[in-house]
Amino acid sequence: MTSRNRKAVIGTDEFIKGIWRENPVFVQVLGMCPVLAVSNTAINALAMGLATAFVMLMSNTLVSTLRNFIPKQVRIATYILIIATFVTIVDYAIEAISLDLHKSLGAFISLIVVNCLILGRAEAFASKHRVRHAVLDALGMGIGFTLALLCLGGVRELLGDGALFGVAVFPDGFEPWIVMILPSGGFFTLAAWLLLINHMQQRKEAKTGRVQEVPR
Amino acid sequence: MYRTLVGVGMFCGLLIAIVFQGTLPVIERNRAEALERAVFAVLPAASQRTTYALTPEGEFVSDTDAVGQRVHAGFDSDGRLIGVAIEASGMGYADTITVLYGYAPEQEAIVGIRVLTSKETPGLGDKIEKDAVFLENFVALDVRLDPSGETLQHRIVTVKRGQKTQPWQIDGITGATISAKAIGEILATSSERWVPIINEQLEQLVAGESDDES
Amino acid sequence: MSAKNKTLEIDTSPHIVSGASVEVIMRNVVFALVPVCIFSVYVFGLTALITLTAATLSCLLTEHVLCRWRGDRSTLGDWSVAITGILYGLTLPPALPVWMVVLGGVVAVGVGKFLFGGLGHNAFNPALIGRAFLQAAFPVSMTTWYPALGAERFAVLPPSTFTLPFASPVYDSISGATPLAVIKFDGDITAATDLLMGLTSGSTGETSGLLILAGGLYLIARKMMNWRIPVAIFATVFALSGVFYLIDPAAYPGPLFMLFSGGLMLGAVFMATDMVASPMTSFGCVLYGVLIGALVVVIRLWGGLPEGVMYAILFANAVSPHIDNLIQPRVYGTTERGAS
Repeated sequence: MTSRNRKAVIGTDEFIKGIWRENPVFVQVLGMCPVLAVSNTAINALAMGLATAFVMLMSNTLVSTLRNFIPKQVRIATYILIIATFVTIVDYAIEAISLDLHKSLGAFISLIVVNCLILGRAEAFASKHRVRHAVLDALGMGIGFTLALLCLGGVRELLGDGALFGVAVFPDGFEPWIVMILPSGGFFTLAAWLLLINHMQQRKEAKTGRVQEVPR
Repeated sequence: MYRTLVGVGMFCGLLIAIVFQGTLPVIERNRAEALERAVFAVLPAASQRTTYALTPEGEFVSDTDAVGQRVHAGFDSDGRLIGVAIEASGMGYADTITVLYGYAPEQEAIVGIRVLTSKETPGLGDKIEKDAVFLENFVALDVRLDPSGETLQHRIVTVKRGQKTQPWQIDGITGATISAKAIGEILATSSERWVPIINEQLEQLVAGESDDES
Repeated sequence: MSAKNKTLEIDTSPHIVSGASVEVIMRNVVFALVPVCIFSVYVFGLTALITLTAATLSCLLTEHVLCRWRGDRSTLGDWSVAITGILYGLTLPPALPVWMVVLGGVVAVGVGKFLFGGLGHNAFNPALIGRAFLQAAFPVSMTTWYPALGAERFAVLPPSTFTLPFASPVYDSISGATPLAVIKFDGDITAATDLLMGLTSGSTGETSGLLILAGGLYLIARKMMNWRIPVAIFATVFALSGVFYLIDPAAYPGPLFMLFSGGLMLGAVFMATDMVASPMTSFGCVLYGVLIGALVVVIRLWGGLPEGVMYAILFANAVSPHIDNLIQPRVYGTTERGAS
C-alpha cells in the first residue's frame, strides 16, 4: 500500500495504468468506433491513435487547469467545447500534412469528438486532479490507445495486405486475407486480442491467487 | 456560469481561427497539387492545366476555383490543348465511384482514367484501379461523335474479358463484373453529356490562355 | 471471489431428454451424407476427395485440440464434429487450396462452435461460419469453380489444390461457372435435368439435388430431422420465384431452376436443420424456413451475389432465438396476459 502511495505522489502510476492495467481498448473497451473502423492499416491506426492522444492530452490539460473555474452545471458542455476545438485543430493539421491520410481517415477524425474515452478522462480524471497528473494520465491513456490501435492495425495490414506500414513483408505470391481489411476483420482481430489478453490476465490471477480489481 | 462558457468559447474560437489561417495555404496547395497530379495522370502529355466552369448558358469560363460543373483543360509546354479532364461519378458495387478521365478531342478518344474515390471490395472490385489489362482499355477508348455532333456514334459498353472487338468497348474483369460494368456506365453517361459540349466549345478551350499556377 | 460465484445456473435448451442420443442421430446424418460425398468425388474427381478429407480432418483435429486444451473430454466420439467437417467440405469449391480448407476448418470449429461453448451451444451453423470466413477472406478462390466431369479428373489434380500455405493459388485456364452465376451475369439457363442429376459446376456437394433429397428423406423417415424446415424453405422459394416467373418469365428464372440450383438443396436439408441453431417450436421452424426461403430469393434475384443460401441461413440462425421468444407457447393454466 505504501509503495502505491508513493507512486501516486510522483504520478508514475497515472502514466503506467493507461498503457497496460487500464488500457482503454483492451481493458476498458472504450472508443470502439475508431478502433474498429480505422485500424485497417498500421499507418491509419498510428495516425488515429496519435490524433486521439493529442486531443486527449490537450483537453485533459485544459480541463484540469480550469477545473476550479468551470461551474458544475455546464461542465460537460465546456468539456465538449474544449475537445471539439482540439479535434478541429487536428483535422486541419492532418489535412495540411497529408491529403491522402485525411481522405483515408475520413469522418473518423471529426468523430474523435464523440470518443467516450476522451470525455471520460476529462470528467473522471482531469476535472479532479492536478495538471501534472492529468497530463500523465492523458499521456498514458493516449499511448495505450495508440499501441492498441497499432496492435490491431499491424495484424490487419499484415494478413490483409501482406505488408506493414505499406512495406511488403511477405514474399510475392502471398494470398491476402481480404476479410482482414474489411470491417468484419476489425471485429475478428479485436476479439482475438481480447481473448489473448484476458487469457494472460487469468493465468496471472491463477498464479498469484489474487483477483485484480478492474475499474469500469 | 455564462461568463465561463463565453470565455472558454472565445478562447477556443480564437485558437481554431489561428490554426485555420495557418494551415489554409498549405491545405490549398496540397489540394491543387493533388488535382494537378490527377489531371496530368489522365492526360499524360499535358504539363499545364486550366480549370473551366460551365456557365448556365453552356459556355466555358476560365475559373480556377470552380466547383461542380467544371472541366480541366490540359496543355503541353507550348500551350497546345492536349485534352480535357472530366470528373464523373456513378454507383459501383459498394458505393459511389468517382473517376477523373481524360478526353483528347484530336483523337476523339478517352486517353486516361483515374479512380478518385471508391469503396469497392479490396482484392475484387478494386481491380478497376489496378488490373493492367483493364486499364489498357483507357489508352484509346473511342468516343467519336456521330455526324450530327449531338451525340456519340457508339455508346461505351463493358464486355466480358477477352471479347473486346471494337474500340468503344471496355474489356471487363473476371470476378469483378459489377465494378467493371459500373466504370463503363459512368464513362458512357458522362461522355455522352460532355463530349458534344466540349467539341462545340473547342475554340474557346484552345484559345483560352493557360494561366500558370503551378 | 465469492461474489463472482453466486450466479444463477442456466442451461440451454432442450431440457427434455428423448430416446435417441446425440451419437445415434449424428451417426445417421453421416450415413445420409455418404452418398452425396461419393457422388461429388465421381463428378469432380480426386480434388473433391482431398478437399472433403482435409475439411473433415481439420475440423476433427481442431475440436480435439481445443477440448483437451480446455481440459475436457474430447467430444470426437459423438460424430457431431465429423458432420460439421463433412458439411463444411461439401460447401467448398472442389479445387480450393488445401491450406485454405484447413484454415476455414479451424475457424468453423474454433470460432463457430467452440467460442460459443461447444456442442449444443453454437448460435450459428459452424460449417457455414467457416465457409463465410473463407468467402470474405479469399473471394476469388471461393468463386473459382472446377468444371464437372472433366476427362482427367481422376488422373490429374488441378494445380491449385496443393498450393503452398499462404501462397496465392494458380488456377487452370479451364474453370466452370455455376448455373447461378451463368444466369446472373450471362442470362443463360442450365437444363433442368443436368441440375437434377448434379452434372454442373459448383461447390463440392451442392450439385446433386436428388441424392441430397434422398438423404433428407431417410433422416425424416427415421424422425431424426425436422421436416418442417426444408419443406417451408422449398415452398417459399418455389412460391416466391414462381410469382416473379409468372410476372416476367424473361427476367426471372423459373421456380424449378431456383430449387435445384446452387446450394439450396444442401443448405435447406442439412444446414438449416442444425438442431442447435434452429427454433424449437414447430411453428417457429416454419417461420424460420419461410424467412430463409424469402432471403434466398431476394439475394439471388436482386443482390450483387449470384448465391445467397449461406447468408440466408446464417441470418435466420441469428433470428431463431427471437422467433422462439415471439411465439412462445402459452404455459398451461395461464392466459395470454400471463396471469391465470
